[in-house]
Order: sequence, then structure tokens, then C-alpha cells
Amino acid sequence: MAESLAPRLNAERNEGPVFWVVGFVLLFVLPVLNVLPAEDSWLHVSDFALNRFGKFLAFAILALGLDLIWGYAGILSLGQGVFFGLGAYCMGMHLMLAIGSEGVYGSALPDFMVWNQVTALPFFWEPFHSFTAAILAGLLVPAGFALLFGFLAFRSRIRGVYFAIITQALALMAWLIFNRNETNLGGTNGLTDFKTILGFRLSEPGTQFALYVITVLCLGGAYLLCRWIITSRAGRVLIAIRDSEQRVLFSGYSPANYKLFVFVISAALAGLAGMLYVPQVGIITPAQMGVLPSLEMVVWVAVGGRATLVGAIVGAVGVNLGRSILTNHFPELWPFFLGGLFVVVVLLFPDGVMGLTRTVSEKIAKRNVRLSKTPAVEEEQA
Amino acid sequence: MRRIVGLALVWFMVWVVTGGWAAEAHTGASPPMQLEQALKDLSSEEETTRDLAIHALIEQGDSTWLPRLDALRANADRSLRMAIKPVADAWKHRANLTSPDADTRRSAATDLGTSGRTVAIPWLEAATATESHRWVRYAMEESIQLLKLASDDPVVKAQAAAKLGELRSQNAVPALKTLAQGAGEPNSSEDQNHVARVAAVAIDQIETWNVWSTAIETLFRGLSLSSILLIMSVGLAIVFGLMGVINMAHGELMMIGAYATFVMQECFKLYVRPDWFDAYYLAALPAAFLAAALFGLVLEATVIRFLYGRPLETMLATWGVSLILIQGARIYFGDLTAVAAPTWLNGGTQVMVGVFLPFNRLFIIGLSILCVTGIYLLLFRSSVGLRVRAVTQNRNMSACLGIPTRKVDAYTFAFGSGLAGIAGWALTLVGNVEPGLGQNYIVDSFMVVVTGGVGKLAGTIIASLGIGGLNKLMEPSFGAVYAKVLILVLVILFLQRRPSGLFSVKGRHAEG
Repeated sequence: MAESLAPRLNAERNEGPVFWVVGFVLLFVLPVLNVLPAEDSWLHVSDFALNRFGKFLAFAILALGLDLIWGYAGILSLGQGVFFGLGAYCMGMHLMLAIGSEGVYGSALPDFMVWNQVTALPFFWEPFHSFTAAILAGLLVPAGFALLFGFLAFRSRIRGVYFAIITQALALMAWLIFNRNETNLGGTNGLTDFKTILGFRLSEPGTQFALYVITVLCLGGAYLLCRWIITSRAGRVLIAIRDSEQRVLFSGYSPANYKLFVFVISAALAGLAGMLYVPQVGIITPAQMGVLPSLEMVVWVAVGGRATLVGAIVGAVGVNLGRSILTNHFPELWPFFLGGLFVVVVLLFPDGVMGLTRTVSEKIAKRNVRLSKTPAVEEEQA
Repeated sequence: MRRIVGLALVWFMVWVVTGGWAAEAHTGASPPMQLEQALKDLSSEEETTRDLAIHALIEQGDSTWLPRLDALRANADRSLRMAIKPVADAWKHRANLTSPDADTRRSAATDLGTSGRTVAIPWLEAATATESHRWVRYAMEESIQLLKLASDDPVVKAQAAAKLGELRSQNAVPALKTLAQGAGEPNSSEDQNHVARVAAVAIDQIETWNVWSTAIETLFRGLSLSSILLIMSVGLAIVFGLMGVINMAHGELMMIGAYATFVMQECFKLYVRPDWFDAYYLAALPAAFLAAALFGLVLEATVIRFLYGRPLETMLATWGVSLILIQGARIYFGDLTAVAAPTWLNGGTQVMVGVFLPFNRLFIIGLSILCVTGIYLLLFRSSVGLRVRAVTQNRNMSACLGIPTRKVDAYTFAFGSGLAGIAGWALTLVGNVEPGLGQNYIVDSFMVVVTGGVGKLAGTIIASLGIGGLNKLMEPSFGAVYAKVLILVLVILFLQRRPSGLFSVKGRHAEG
């Protein structure tokens, strides 16, 4: 893992132009193509496509966080879906309450509570009447949970395979708990049937358009934050921890604190992703936060390329795009594809798409160097 | 009409009071006629007449009269059917008391006990005298005492209550409780108070016994879950100790074992004589082991070998394989297939009052003990095991000493996979064969490996006993879901004390 560190850091530095180009496309070109061209034009981006792309970009935020801990700090968390789910449920709870008495039963309580014969709003639902409180909770609940869990795990130096397994168990537990009806979180059916956000109808294309723009901005912000972290001194320490934790420890650093910090950041990013996901997709169920979705999130990063921030985004968008195309046309083949993708990427392209492009460009560069230099060298030798 | 019925009733009462029925029953001359009359009375509209007819029929008739009842039922209205039912039930139960099948005898005895018909006491007593099966005799005795408990004589009542207490009868608790409550009432007689005191003592006895039998059952269930976990995780743990690799497809190797069992069953259905059908289960054992081991060998050679020294990547790649396997099984076998357990594993054995141990669970416990013993012998008493242990302890040094480490890896991985196949074989006894079979327990068995520590058989055994036992211990009070959550919390807290499991490698190789 250590051998290609220097080129990687260089690659990060060269990402500036890419960032601006991609940002421009996402923030201006796609929305403009959504609004301006006629509906039957091939340039036209439909509302549906834009909305779906917004969902992928929300996933990309989560992938950034996951890349931060896995790609840079070498901590494989198989429970990232839990933090995503916590954020999503915080937003979902607010949206549930925002329905008011518009629900099927016309009660001020969410429909599923009427269904489950809950008569009063549970106390932990109360703060979610406020949008600000919901946003804060969506960031702080996953972060706080990650802080507690990470503190226990990193303090006792649980790492590697052990950490992966414990976080996977965490994902299973969260799935089990959120599936229960008595936790008053909607059970298996989750939270759905949202109507408005801050008074805007969610069914309006304009609202979804705004949500898309907000998602792009959040993604940009998350990218800059991650970039800032990895180029800082702390980022160097994280990479050092990934490559040899013991040496870092013996050099007088405390790996646990650095790991905890980055784990909390990644959880908050996952929560943010969940919050952006819910209003755009319109439903959150425990199935989104179990063992399988959590593992799938790791695939995104692996496919895009670990330890490159752009790679995480590319992977999240690419895999999800592939997923939505394949599940539409060949629903039975998707698991084969996903599983195969994982095996192939891990075995043949450990650095993912970004690694592949880098290798290709390096080869081209080398060949160019050789082509230009070879005669000179021969002359010298002669 | 009413007058006729009324007259018949009066006659019947006189007949009962004068004891004419006893004489007739002894002489045996006229019961058929009585029964004929009673059969007619069954369709009477007067409730008392009907009740008396039912009573008479139960007392004097037997199951040879069943065809007559069936004939009546053929065009009966609701009230007649209601009247026929207790009679038919009583006759059937009485006939079943001498059935050759122990379970039939037992359920007949239990049903008679709860029916409240004191006429059944002599039948049960007669059956008890010839009964050889311990638990059927128990059910009969319990029923006799239950019926006596309803008697009017306080002495009989008190005796029955005391006897039920000695029998630790579960079914008697509600009746005893109503008796015991009679004590506090102001107008209760001395006799009633005595009965109530006896009943209270009996309830006490029964409840103490309950605590014990529940404890034993919980222990057994915990042991059963532990052995499932143990069989599943022992292969995983050996491979983890040797190669530092957690095989996420381990659950799917179990699935392969289970499907091998299923396929073997289908083959036996098609090609083998039906009376040899039960043998399929034994034939499936090597099939399950070999199928899973072979797949493990292929998996090692094509995927894991290339990821040596990168445990996290191995986890992910094997997870990809597991995804493919699950979907493949779903497409090929469909969603739900079941294996019919061989008949010799159906049912169970009762070891004491209120404690029933199913054979399939006992079989799994036995199997896990056998597996562990086998693995112990293989690892610690054979030259192959010596090599495996050597590579586990120090790979480089072993290689220097001429141990082919890669071969050891491959074969150990195949062996661990084969153990997963055996686990799948055993799991078909307690659940369906489905593509998601491996997923149900796999996270638990990962936890066992993590808690148990690297490369120590004892750690895996203790961890699976602990996790399985605690799980079942907490399940009654917290529910299955929260018990699992608590286990996770406990494991995390445990890892605070011992970050690399129960038995960790110490010294300079601790940081692999």
C-alpha cells in the first residue's frame, strides 16, 4: 500500500482543475440542460434523471467519508450504513411530522403510529418539529454515536479485521432495532409518504431542483473539507497510521485520537448524505442501513479507487448508475454483477478506476519520455 | 311433548337414584337399550335430558358405537352436533388409551384429564396398571388426580392436591390456584381450609420445580445454539488463525453443504428404495463435506491466494463471492426448499417433568462435540496438524524449515470449508434450506471468532458457549432482538479488556 504514496499525493494536488470542471458541469450544465432544451431534445435532462442524479451525489458524499477512513486511515468500516440511516431517519422524522394531518388517517400523528395504536407522540420525536433541530440531529446523532463507538473501539486498539466485523455486527443490530415496531420508527416499512419540506411541496419539480442544487453544494463542501483534512498534518498522520500504526504510535502520536476524529467526520458525512437522500427519494427503510447496503458502500469506494477523493465520487455515481440501469433491465443479474465487480476490482484493479487511469497516463508519459530520451541516451553511451 | 320429556326425566332420575343403572350395568343385559334411548335423547330439545343422555352414553357406551354416532351426525343440526362431540371424544380417548402408539395414549390421557369427567378415572386406573411407558403413565396418573381434584369429597380432594404437587403437574396449577384462594373466605369450612392449605403447598412445589425445569431448558437451548455456532465458527477460526483471513463466504459454504444434503435427498427419492430413504442423511455427510471443501479449494486457488497479507481486501473479495453464490442458488434452487429430517431424528425425549429434549438438537450437540474432538486430534495429534500449528505460529520460520506453507494454507482452507459444509448439513435439521441460510448466523459466528481470539481452539469453544448461552439466557427477559444487541455491547466491552480475544498471541508476533 505504501509504495505508490508519492504519486497519489501528487494526483491529489492536480485535482484542482478537475474539481472546478466537474463542479461547473454538475452545478450549471446539468440544471441548464434540465431547464432550457425542449423536452424531446437529446440534450434535455429530465426531472427524473436530475432527481436520480441528486440521489447518486448524496451517496457520493457518504463515499467521501468512507474513503477518508478506509482509503486514508486504513479503517474498514462495514457499518457506514448505520450512520447514513441515522441521518436519514432524523430528516425522515422531521418530514413525517411536517405532513401534519394530511396523512391517510387525518391524524396529527404519523400514519404508522395510528396504525400501531400509538396515541401520543413519543418524546424523542418532539424536537423534530423544528427543521433546524432535525438538521443538527442528522449531523450530531451519527457523529455522537460514532464518537462513542469509536472511542470504545480505538481506545482498546480494535482494528483491521476485528473492527470490520464489529462494525458489521453494528449494522446488523441497527437493522434489527429499526425493524421493530416498538421503537416507533416505522418498523419494516420505514418512514415514507412525505408531503412538504419547509412548506415546499416535495412533488414539485422546483423543490427537487433546489434539492439537487443543495446536494451538489454539499458535495462540493464535503470534498473541500476532506481535501483540507488529507492535505493537513493530520492527513499525513492518518496515512502513516494506515501504513504502519505501530511506528506512528512509537513516534509519539496517539493513533486512537486521529482515528476517532476521522471516524466521527465520516459518520457526520454519512448522516449528511442520509439527510439529502430522504427528501429526494421519498422513503427511508431499515433495508437501507443493514449489512448489505453498508458493504455496497464499500464497493463504491473500491471501484472508484481508494485514497483518491475523486475516485470515491466517481465510484459512488458510477456503481449506482450501473445499478439503476442493470436492475431495470436484468434484475436477477445485479447481484452477480456486484459480486463480480468486487472480486475483479479487489483482485485486478486494487486502485479502482482512478488507479487504472493513473497507470494508463503514467504509461503514456513513460513512453513519451522514452521516445524523446532514448536517442540521447544512446548517443551519450556511444 | 314437554310432558313426555318431563316424565322421561323423572323416570330417569328415579332410575339413577334407585341405583338401577348399577345393577343393569353389572348384568349387562340392557345397556344397548339404554344406549338406544340415550342416542335418541341426544336430539332432545331439553338441555337436562341431553346432558343426562351424554352422561349415560359416555359411561356405558364404547367406541364400537361410534358408527351410530356418525350416522346421527350426518344430518344433525348444531345443538345435536354439540351434544355428539363430547360423547365421541370420550369414546375415542378411551379407545386410544390402549393404542399401540405411545403419543396417542398420552394425548388421550391428557385430554381425559382436562375433560372433567370423573367416569374416566377407572378407565385411566386400568390403563395405568398395564402401562409400560414412563411418561404416558405419568400423564395418566396426572389425569386421574386432576379428575379427583374435582370430586366433592374434601378428603379425596386434599389427597389429589397433594399427589399433584408430588407429580409437579403443570396442568393442575389453575385448578389448584382456585382451590387455594378458597382459604381466605370467611364462610369457608374447616375442610375447605384444609384443602386450600394442601393446594397452596402443592403450588409451591410445582413452582419451585418450574424454576428448575426452565433453567435446565434454557441451558439446553443455549447449549444447542452454542454448538451450532461452534460448528460454524471452528472452521472460520482455524483459517483466521492460520492465514489472518476472515472468509465472508463461509456462510455460503454452509449453504453449499445444506444444498448438497438437499440434492442427496432428491437423488434418494428418485433412485433408491423408499425404505432406505432415511439413509440419505448419512450419505449426505460426505457429500456436504466434499462439496464445500472442493469449493473452498477452488476459492483459495482463484481468489484468496492472490490477496495474501491483505486481510481486508480478502474480506471484501470473499463477500463478492458470497453474493454471487447466494444469487446463483436462488436462481437455480428457488427460494424455499426443505429437507425432511430422517425419521430417527424426529421427536425427542423427555428427561423429567416439563423438560423435553428434541432429538435433532441433541444430535447437533453431539455432532459439535465430535467435530471438536476430531479437530483436536487432527491439530494436536497428527503430523499434518503439527505443520498447521507451526505455520500459524511463525510462517517464515516454518517455510525455512521446509514446510510447504502455501500447500498447508490451501488444504487447511479446504478443510475449514468442509467443516462449514458439515455445519450446513447439520443446519438442515433445524431450518429450511434457503439461499440466505448462511446469513442467519454468520455475523454471530464472526463475533465468536473475534471474541475467541486467533488460532486457539479453546477460545472458539468458550466464545461460542458464552455467546450462545448468554443469547438464550437473555432472550426470555429482553426478547431476541435486544438480546443480540446486548451481546454486541458485551463483546465490545469485553474487547476493551482483551482487544485480541480470549486467547491472544503474545510476544513479538502479536502484531501480525
